[in-house]
Amino acid sequence: MRKIFMTAKTQRHKGGAFSFLRVFASLRSITLLLWFGFSVSAQAEFRFPMPEFASGYEHPLVVMPAPSTAMVGWDVVVLLSTLTLAAIFVLKRRNRREIFLLTLFSLIYFGFVRNGCICSVGSVQNVAAGLFDSSVGVPVTVLIFFAAPLIFALLFGRVFCAAVCPLGAIQEMVAIKPVKVPPAVEKVLSIVPVIYLGLAMVSVATGSGFLICRYDPFVGFFRMGASFPMLLVGGLLLLLGVFVARPYCRFLCPYGVLLNWASKLSRRHATITPSECIQCNLCADSCPYNAILEPTSEKAPEARGTGARRLGKLMLLVPVLIVIGTGVGGLLKDPLSRMHPTVALAERIAGEELGRYSTTTIDSETFRASDTPNEKLFEQAVEIKSDFAVDGRWFGAFIGLVIGFKLIAVSILRKRTGYEPDKGTCYSCGRCFKYCPVKEEKT
Amino acid sequence: MSGKRRDFLKNIVRGGALAGIAGICAALGMRKNKYQCNGQCGDCKPDSSAECPMGGDGYVWQIDPEKCTQCGRCATHCVLAISAVKCVHSYSMCGYCDLCGGYQRSDAKGRTTGAENQLCPTAAIRRKFIEDPYYQYTIDEDLCVGCGLCVKGCEMFGNGSLYLQVKHDLCVNCNECAIAAACPSGAFRRVPASDPYLLKGGSANA
Repeated sequence: MRKIFMTAKTQRHKGGAFSFLRVFASLRSITLLLWFGFSVSAQAEFRFPMPEFASGYEHPLVVMPAPSTAMVGWDVVVLLSTLTLAAIFVLKRRNRREIFLLTLFSLIYFGFVRNGCICSVGSVQNVAAGLFDSSVGVPVTVLIFFAAPLIFALLFGRVFCAAVCPLGAIQEMVAIKPVKVPPAVEKVLSIVPVIYLGLAMVSVATGSGFLICRYDPFVGFFRMGASFPMLLVGGLLLLLGVFVARPYCRFLCPYGVLLNWASKLSRRHATITPSECIQCNLCADSCPYNAILEPTSEKAPEARGTGARRLGKLMLLVPVLIVIGTGVGGLLKDPLSRMHPTVALAERIAGEELGRYSTTTIDSETFRASDTPNEKLFEQAVEIKSDFAVDGRWFGAFIGLVIGFKLIAVSILRKRTGYEPDKGTCYSCGRCFKYCPVKEEKT
Repeated sequence: MSGKRRDFLKNIVRGGALAGIAGICAALGMRKNKYQCNGQCGDCKPDSSAECPMGGDGYVWQIDPEKCTQCGRCATHCVLAISAVKCVHSYSMCGYCDLCGGYQRSDAKGRTTGAENQLCPTAAIRRKFIEDPYYQYTIDEDLCVGCGLCVKGCEMFGNGSLYLQVKHDLCVNCNECAIAAACPSGAFRRVPASDPYLLKGGSANA
């Protein structure tokens, strides 16, 4: 830059004002403007080189504050310690009060201090982006936030949901008067998070952006500011959460799908009773999440063989469901592809060319100003659409597979001699602990 | 199926899941990022062509001023109530003009600095007389909303010394920047947190 000033010094102008007026004057004539532009680029990079000040003026320095990275290391420490504490409170101490206090801490730290943004729920997308695109790096912090809750779920159940996740915590705070959702409705709606997860993966795979972050309903409260629709959705969910406990966790959370699977395999899981269940029925209504399974009746509910035959039929149904899902997913190509900005822009440009719109948008104006030929944009859009056709089929197949497995899981009847938590959907919140009259045996 | 056999199978699946998670994390954690080494992370020598290993410092969002088209969405799409994007003034590029295209409307009738002639909707540009006929322009960041109107004016009529940058004392570094998702010119990108600004006019404060 200095060099440019030196060369330009020989042709110093007599003051910014004069030159500025010259620009204004030249605006009246495009040719003049062009001439001016060319002449400037020929002599120097700047229209008005920095003047030499007689008064010895020195310009102030621009302050460029560095991002604060001090918290990043702490985040991992806090995550791992809250997870460990949650596991201890749930499995060893079996104390709802302690779990609740830890939940409150997580809400304050991960929510209001860290603004809800380093979050395990969103980390799924970063990991997926890393898996789909080999040029994308994933920071170690994000990997830990992705993996630690899943590993804890594999070992101790969903203790992350119980007391660490700020999204769960804010809903836990408002769950004042929970009503029981009919189990059948709960089962059907539990497919929604799977669809959400699938859509988020399609979005990441096609480079359309991070849906889970974009539609995070509570992060607006953590940041104390968001767009009106975002706050409205978040507010309505919290209002709903007063009566239907944890609506986001149960019927939307995509990370919860993974935690559910991991928790089903958990090595140790929270139990309602510390010892032997006496089937007193006291805990049955304590769970606001429909996560307590009742003991099976003594009599065999159905004749031998019916169950096996039904299982066989359902197993044959799974590939059928996958095929149907693939077909439907392929049909979703067009609506799905609109979430990609390039496709949306191409459709807008095409619509404007055909005179379908009377106005232009910022996007279409910017595109036109960039001098890229329309054909190139359309080519790109077609290419992206074909990506969506492939990813849409995978998405459909995935949903078909999950529905099939869910049907199988519903059809298998397991014998239970006491009240047990449903390992997949139990958030280990500890509400049921105090309802159990059985005291821990002294060993 | 007996309980014992089920537990055995469960152990196998659980072990597989743990190994899978560990494998994914190891594979992604070892991956080198695509940014060329700038020698600032301390892990490699400056000017080497080696790529920086991921980790240590994270990545933050920044605007490439060469790509920015001043569409105005920085002011409206940031998740913060007042955008973390602010106008930055590169003093070394400024012409110190009396009639500043970033400071005043292009249709300014007279050479007054009256409010009706000012371009900035929040009057965030301060003007100070230095010596005839030069004036210094300073951005009041508390008032700046990042709308880019002055940037547009300066690009059109001046040296382009005004430009937009994400201020990292304000930015909450979202996983997906809401402005980046809405940016029509693809000017947002991730930069290493150790070198978090894409400054015009060479080095930081020159």
